[in-house]
Amino acid sequence: MRKWSFVLVVALILGAVGVVSAQAREGWTCPDGFQGQTLSIYNWSTYVAEDTISNFEALCSVRVIYDVFESNEALLARLRTGNPGYDIIVPTDYMVSIMIAENRLLPLDKSLIPNFANLVPELIDQEFDPGNMYSVPYQWGTQGFGYNIERTGEPITSWEQFFAYTGPVAWLDDMRATIGTALLLLGYDPNSENPDEIREAAQYLIERGRGVVAIAPDDGQAYLERGEVDVVVEYSGDIFQLMADCACDTYGYAIPEEGGVIWMDNLAIPVGAPNVALAHVFIDYILDPQVGADISNYTAYATPNQAALDLGLIEEELLNNPSIYPTGDILARLFFIEEVPDAEIYYLDAWDEIKIRLGRG
Amino acid sequence: MAISLDFSRSPGHNARERTQGRLLALPALLWLILFFLLPLVIVFVVSLMTRGRAGTVTLPLTLENYERVFTTYLPTFADSILIAVLTTLICLVVGYPLAFFISTRERKWVQQIALFLVILPFWTNFLVRTYAWKVILGPDGVISALAGGGVNLLNTNFAVLVGLVYGFLPFMVLPIYTSIERFDFRLVEAAHDLGANDWRAFWRVVFPLTLPGVAAGCILVFIPAIGAFVTPDLLGGTQGFMIGNLINQQFRGLGHWPRGAAASMVMMALVVLGLMFYAWMNRRRN
Amino acid sequence: MAQVALPDRSTQPTWIAFDQAKIRRDLLIRRFGKVFGIVEPVFGYFFLWAPILLLVIFSFNDSRTVSTWRGFTLQWYSNIFNNIVGTEARFSTDLMLQSLGNSLFVGVSSTLIATIIGTMVALSLARGNYPGKQYIDGLLFLPVVIPEITQALSLAIFFNVLFNWFNSVTGIPAQSGFGTIIIGHVAFNISYVAIVVRARLADMNPRLEEAARDLGANEWQTFRRVTLPLIMPGIISGALLAFTLSLDDFVITLFTAGVGTTTLPVYVYGLLKLSVTPEINAISTLILVASTVLVGISLRLQGRNVAS
Repeated sequence: MRKWSFVLVVALILGAVGVVSAQAREGWTCPDGFQGQTLSIYNWSTYVAEDTISNFEALCSVRVIYDVFESNEALLARLRTGNPGYDIIVPTDYMVSIMIAENRLLPLDKSLIPNFANLVPELIDQEFDPGNMYSVPYQWGTQGFGYNIERTGEPITSWEQFFAYTGPVAWLDDMRATIGTALLLLGYDPNSENPDEIREAAQYLIERGRGVVAIAPDDGQAYLERGEVDVVVEYSGDIFQLMADCACDTYGYAIPEEGGVIWMDNLAIPVGAPNVALAHVFIDYILDPQVGADISNYTAYATPNQAALDLGLIEEELLNNPSIYPTGDILARLFFIEEVPDAEIYYLDAWDEIKIRLGRG
Repeated sequence: MAISLDFSRSPGHNARERTQGRLLALPALLWLILFFLLPLVIVFVVSLMTRGRAGTVTLPLTLENYERVFTTYLPTFADSILIAVLTTLICLVVGYPLAFFISTRERKWVQQIALFLVILPFWTNFLVRTYAWKVILGPDGVISALAGGGVNLLNTNFAVLVGLVYGFLPFMVLPIYTSIERFDFRLVEAAHDLGANDWRAFWRVVFPLTLPGVAAGCILVFIPAIGAFVTPDLLGGTQGFMIGNLINQQFRGLGHWPRGAAASMVMMALVVLGLMFYAWMNRRRN
Repeated sequence: MAQVALPDRSTQPTWIAFDQAKIRRDLLIRRFGKVFGIVEPVFGYFFLWAPILLLVIFSFNDSRTVSTWRGFTLQWYSNIFNNIVGTEARFSTDLMLQSLGNSLFVGVSSTLIATIIGTMVALSLARGNYPGKQYIDGLLFLPVVIPEITQALSLAIFFNVLFNWFNSVTGIPAQSGFGTIIIGHVAFNISYVAIVVRARLADMNPRLEEAARDLGANEWQTFRRVTLPLIMPGIISGALLAFTLSLDDFVITLFTAGVGTTTLPVYVYGLLKLSVTPEINAISTLILVASTVLVGISLRLQGRNVAS
C-alpha cells in the first residue's frame, strides 16, 4: 500500500520538474534565544552536506555534537539502554514505527516547524507514522549494487549475477534488508514473520555467501574504494558520492532487477532529549528548501522536499537518474521493511548465524 | 594520623599499627568490587537470563545462552582459540631470539637501545599500528605492489594473525628479556665443560631456566589475543570474525545481552584455564 | 665435580673419528646459532618497524595510493592544518583536536585517581599484615588478566542497570559520559599502578624507614621524607603506564562512552573505517612523533629519578 503512494510521488516529482519558480527566496533564519546552546545529533555517516552542520552552528550560534551510527539496529540498541543525550536521531521508516511502539520518540510540535509545509504531500502521513506525529522525512533512496567495473567487466544489476560473481564482495550490515531480500528471492513475503521461512532465507544466504569478505556496517563504499571488494551492497547515495568524488568511470550503481529495498529516513526527537526546542529548530532548518537541496545534491539521495523541487534547486542530473529517483516499473519491484516485533528474535538468530558461518569456505 | 603510613616490620611497630595498613587498601578494594567485580557478577546473572521483547533482559533463568555458545557459536570460538594459540606461538618463536639478542648485548647502552626499539612501537596508538597493516596487506599495498599487483590479503585469518602478532609481540619479548637478563651464563660454560654443545646447552640449561619468562609472555599474549576486537574488526572481514566481534555484535548490534554475556563468560573461563595451566607449570617447575 | 670419562685418544682411533664429527657438528650448530641469532632479531626489528616507517614515508607521497612512490609532497600535512582530515565534514582538524583534548582529560583524571588509589593499595599490601591480604592481591591481579572486551561489556551492562535503578528511585535520568569512561579506566589502571609501585617497594630497604623512626620521625614524617621519595620513581612509572593505557584505550571507552565524549582513538577508528585518504598517514605520523616525544620525556624523567 505504501509502495503505491511512492509511485504516485515520483510521477508528481517528475511532473514538477521544470515548473521552476523564479521568485527569489530569503535564506533560513534562526529564531532568537538559542545562542550558546548545544545540539546533539545522531545520524548515519556521509549523510549531510559539507557545510550543513557548520552553517547551522553559525546561524544559531550553537554548538553541534555530531555522532554517527552504523545501522537501524545499532541506533535502537543505543536508545534501548536509555538515550545517552541525543536531541536528533534519523531512523528509517520501519524503525520509526518500532520506536513509536516502544515509546522512544517525543511528539513533534509542528507549530515550531513552519517548513513542514515544504514536504512532498504524498511522502507525509505514512503508515509508519500516521500524521507525522513523531517524525518528518529526511531523505529517501534505495539499496543496490555498487560495483567496480574494471574488476567485474560488466555492470552487476541482478542478484543472480551478484551471487554468481566469484570475486570478493561485501554485504551491508542491514539485517532486515539482507534477509528480506533472500525471502523475496525465495518467493516469500520480504517481511515474513514465519521462523521457518526466515531460517530458509538464512540458509539461502549462507550458501551464496562464499565470496563475501565483509559485512560492512554502512562503510561498504570505503571497501569498494580501497579495492578490497569488487561489488558491494550499499545505500544508493554512498555509491553515487564515491562516483562523484572519483570523477571516473570506474564505479557504477544498480538497483537489483529482481527487487530490493526502498526506504525513507526520518528526523525524530528521542525521549530524554536534553534540548527539545533546538531540535525542532534544527528540523525546520533541514526542511528549508535550500538546505534540503544542498544535502540531497551532495549526498545524492532523493529529497522529500517539494519546495526544493519546485524551486528547481535539485540538480537536473540527479533528478533524471532513475537509480536515484526510480520510476514506474523499477519502483514496482522494490519493497519496504515493516516492523515485525514478534519475529525480531528470528531475524536476530538468522543474522547471528549468517555472520558466524560466512567466510568459512 | 588516623591511617598508619609506616608499616616497616621493626619491633617498634606493634600489631595494631601493622593491621591499620588495611585501611589504605580500602579505596582500591571498594573501587574494584564496585566497578570490576560487581559488573562481572551482573554479567554472569545476565548470561543466565532470557531476552524479552524489545531487547530487555528478563526471567526465567535459562542455560539456553550457554547452549548456543557451544553450538552456533562454536566455530567462532574454535577459530578464535586457534588464532590466539597461533599468535602466542609465533610471538614466542619471533620474540625469544629477539629477547635473547637484546639481553646478550655486552654494552649496556646497546642493550637499552635494543630494548627501546622494541618498546617504542608499543607506545604508539594501537589503531594506527593496526591501520599500518591495512595499508601493507591491501590491494593497493606494498605486498601487492611487490607481487605485481592484484594481491589482497585483507579480510582473512592471516591478516588477523599478522595484526595480532604485531600488536602483542612486545608483551612476549619483555618478560623473556627479564628472565634471560637474570640468567647466570656461567651455567652455559658449565654445560660446555660437561660436553654439551650449544644446542644441548640451550635446550637443557638456558631454555628451562628462562621458562618463567616464556610462560608469562605466553599468558600476556594469549589473553589479549583471545579477546581481540579491534584487530579482527579492521583486518578480518567475515573470515576473521572472532569472539570479541561476536560479543560486540550482541551488545552494540540489535542486542541480545544474555548471549553476549554467556559468550563473555565462556571466554573468561578459557582465560582462567590458561592461567591455571600457567600456575600448574610454575608448580611443576618448583 | 663428577668424573667425566674422557676417551683415550691414542689407543682408540674410532673415538677420534667420532670426536671430529661431533666437533664439526658443534661448529655447524654454533655457526647456525650465530647466524640465526642475528638474522632472526634483524627480522624481528624489521617486522616491528617496517609498517610504522612505511606510514611515515608514504605520508609524504604525492599519490593517493600507498603502493608506489610518486614524489615528495607536504600536501596531506597542509590539509590537516587547513582543517581537512577525512572526506567527511565531521573529520575536521578542529574535531580531532577536540577529541585529543577529551583524551587528555580522561587520561589525566583517570591517571590521577588510579595513581593515588594504586599507590595506597601497594603500600598496604607491601607493608601491611592482616588477614585477607591475599584476596586483595588476587583481586588486583584480575583486571590485568581479564580480556578487555569482557570488562567493557560488564561495565556497559552495569552502568545500564545502575542508571535504570537510579532513574526509577530519584527520577533523575543519569547518562554515560566522561564519568563512566574515567571510572572504567581507573578500574583497570589501579592494578597496573599497584603492580609497578609494589615492585619498587619490594626493592626498598625497610631499614631506612626504621632508621627514620629511630631518629624520632613520626609516621607521617617517615612516609613524607623517606618512603615517598624512595618509591617516587615507581609511582611515576606507574602513572605513565596508566596514562598511556588510558590514552590508547578504545574498547572500554567505546562501551562506556556518552554523547560528545569522542576520544582520540574513537575519532581515529571512525576515520579508519570510513575514510580512504592519505591524510590518515599524516595523522598517524603526527601521533607517532607525539608518542615518541612523550616516551622520550618520560624515560628522561625516570632516568633522572632513578639517578637521584
